[in-house]
Amino acid sequence: MSQTAAPPRPTGLGAALPVVGKSDTRPTWCPGCGDFGVVAAVEMAVKRLQLPSHTVVVISGIGCSSNLPHFLSSYGFHGIHGRVLPVAEGIRWANHGLTVIGTGGDGDGFGIGAGHFVHAMRRNVDLTYVTMDNQIYGLTTGQASPTSTMGQKTKSTPNGVIENPIDPVSLALASGATYIARGFSGDVKHLADLVANGIQHKGFSFVDVFSPCVTYNKINTFDFFRQRVYKLESAGHDPTDLVAAWQRSLEWGDKIPIGLFYKTDRPTYEDLEEVLAAGPLALQPAGLRGKESLLDEFV
Amino acid sequence: MTELAVRIGGQAGDGIASIGESIARSFSRMGLHVFGLNAYQSVIRGGHVWFQARASDGRPYSPGDGTDILYALDKATVDIHGAGVRPGGAVLFDPEKFSVAPSELPAGVTPLGVPTLQIARKYTSQSILQNAGGIGATAFLAGIPLPLLHEVLTDSFGRKAGEIVDWNVGASAEGYRFAEAHGHAHDHALSRQGEPKLLMNGNTAIALGAAAAGCKFLSQYPMTPASSIMHWLAAHSTALGVVVKQAEDELAAINMAIGASFAGVRAMTATSGGGFSLMVEALGMAGMTETPLVVVEAQRAGPSTGLPTKTEQGDLNMMLGAGQGEFPRAILAPSCPAEAYRSMIDAFRLAEEFQTPILVASDLHLSENFMTVDRSEIDLNVPVPSLFTVPPSETNYLRYQYTDSGVSPRAIPGQPGLMFVAGSDEHDERGHLVSDIHAGIPRYVTERQRMMEKRMRKLGGLARAAPLPVLEGPPDAPLTFVAWGSTVGAVRDARAELAAGGKATNLLRFPTVYPIAADAARPLLEKARRTLLVEANFSGQFGRLLRAELGFACSDRLLKYDGEPFLPHEIVARALEVM
Repeated sequence: MSQTAAPPRPTGLGAALPVVGKSDTRPTWCPGCGDFGVVAAVEMAVKRLQLPSHTVVVISGIGCSSNLPHFLSSYGFHGIHGRVLPVAEGIRWANHGLTVIGTGGDGDGFGIGAGHFVHAMRRNVDLTYVTMDNQIYGLTTGQASPTSTMGQKTKSTPNGVIENPIDPVSLALASGATYIARGFSGDVKHLADLVANGIQHKGFSFVDVFSPCVTYNKINTFDFFRQRVYKLESAGHDPTDLVAAWQRSLEWGDKIPIGLFYKTDRPTYEDLEEVLAAGPLALQPAGLRGKESLLDEFV
Repeated sequence: MTELAVRIGGQAGDGIASIGESIARSFSRMGLHVFGLNAYQSVIRGGHVWFQARASDGRPYSPGDGTDILYALDKATVDIHGAGVRPGGAVLFDPEKFSVAPSELPAGVTPLGVPTLQIARKYTSQSILQNAGGIGATAFLAGIPLPLLHEVLTDSFGRKAGEIVDWNVGASAEGYRFAEAHGHAHDHALSRQGEPKLLMNGNTAIALGAAAAGCKFLSQYPMTPASSIMHWLAAHSTALGVVVKQAEDELAAINMAIGASFAGVRAMTATSGGGFSLMVEALGMAGMTETPLVVVEAQRAGPSTGLPTKTEQGDLNMMLGAGQGEFPRAILAPSCPAEAYRSMIDAFRLAEEFQTPILVASDLHLSENFMTVDRSEIDLNVPVPSLFTVPPSETNYLRYQYTDSGVSPRAIPGQPGLMFVAGSDEHDERGHLVSDIHAGIPRYVTERQRMMEKRMRKLGGLARAAPLPVLEGPPDAPLTFVAWGSTVGAVRDARAELAAGGKATNLLRFPTVYPIAADAARPLLEKARRTLLVEANFSGQFGRLLRAELGFACSDRLLKYDGEPFLPHEIVARALEVM
């Protein structure tokens, strides 16, 4: 379909407009929460890319981390538990001129929202999904999450977790995401690089972040990760090597890798959806005026 | 009014629906009005299915109460439907497959054996071609001109292999001539009545109406009887510029539609009761974030997975109460395809004007059965104004500004200077949360109360702006039927039958079941001398709503919950009891 006469873009004023920064709302997270590092890294990333506030939409679900959109000066959608990705996909398909960033926690993304996580990745929707993974349910005061460690004692598992944790990175590899990274909120600059590169990547970018809960998770603390994480970039990892990415994703113990696991190029869902070839859907003409011949099929 | 009803029966996989649609389309091209009932089961092959095409020089609104020509592809069809053939009628069958003795049929009904298999073998070894001879013979008895039937068959096969069209044309002509030689046209055979009419089912009318209203995005998960809304829009997606997304589940479907709407397109989802159950939480999110949304709920017989291929109006209570807490919504309930088309235009208009979810309550009977529509009833010239209404120069923009109407100016991502966060948590005029560190603090307790009242004020506007109740028939009739949705059709036919017998009645129907415009409904109900509530559910859900909203109790009820649509004679019988 060729470009049709679309109404003038209500955006279009571009770089002269303010870029994304802090909003006038201050985070309500516990002092020392890992999520402070994540919001700082996201802000740093969008600033570096000079993205105007009105062209960015940050979407979240429910949980401590899902308050994040309120702390940035972009458009935001703070929805219900687990549905970050379908809302984000709908926004992308309605206007693929927008930069779409999904945010949320491990319970939101890998528990109640696990089905959407897998499907959004296989579609390779061009958006960036940042999960603040603290391996615990914080806002509901400390129950086990899908990434809680086997044996971990929580309010809902007083005798210890007896389920194997989900590994978000290998799940993303299996599901077909085209940019898969892991960051640590204790290293904001490194995390900001991962997020900025993820936003620039054309396709589904997944950045799982170790973002410790200082109140309810006494195992996976800042110190726990500081002692263990190493950067793939300094370890000779080739992020275009899928087999190597799989091997690195399985590493867990004294050494835990952070950085870019895998990156590849594949057409995005928006590339393959023919209707979007005519430009952002929100700017395309709508209705059936003058299409009376459409009724012939009912004769 | 002269009518002629043709019924075709056999097993799933025999091509019954396609024979039925060909007959129904032949009638509609003759300019006749048709009701086409496609009765099927949740099996892909086998079982028993049938199609009834009821044509009339008047306007039939239901499948009617009898059959004049029965084309039986198997003996079970004769056993199940033979007794319903009216005197003067005929039963077509192939004697090579089974026999039908006159004694098996009602008095005055003639069996007519047609060698459909023998005819088919002249063209191909594929036994499905037997249907062509059967259609041809049926067409002769029903008064359908052979050239017109050939046009319909040719069009229905479209660009498929030419020889298939040739076989069907040849075999149907032989069937037609066989019937001409061995039978006679039915006394009620109808002739042409002017311009061809449009033939559509509720779902295609819904899909067409959505596109006409400016819908650019449909996300849906397959579920009977809503799936064909997605099928029609998917088939026209590229040509009409509508993105159609089959989602991973109904949770995703509704959330995708909300995301798309938030970002500035008219968006919808469609489902049946089971899928709607999964959408309930997000419906509330659309209400809370004040995001326009249209949801089509094509009901089927429940509870749970119930009767997947049978009809009911049992989900009204769920649609009224879906979602925790309270938020404004409207529920439109079209009665026929022509009205379903208009309902979708109303639904998008209301969703946009009031920035809240609008439900369109269909059911299997409306969604999947066919009715004719006059071209003049489908006006494609629907205004589709831009959604970017707030000027970017706006200062101190308040997305959730308190207003008298409850409707606040709506910005859309991409517009400079108007950034806000849409929150599913309670929020103030700017969109800032009042749910966490502000919760319970006196100033914010007041904010919460004011924001609830702002949202709920939309209900008053919705009641005034949605289609009002309609009284059909003489205002002073001794009996008033009260009905909504597809049940209206059978009530109309019952009223016509009662009127023919000298019994005047009227019908008060509710194209909007919620909110009820009390000022419009109350005087009509209070004037009614006796009211007979007709609805397809166990407990009389709409009757209960009328009592709750207006304090009005219908004097009599006729409820049906066997999965089958109302038939006029059932309504006539109940009306005569209470009159």
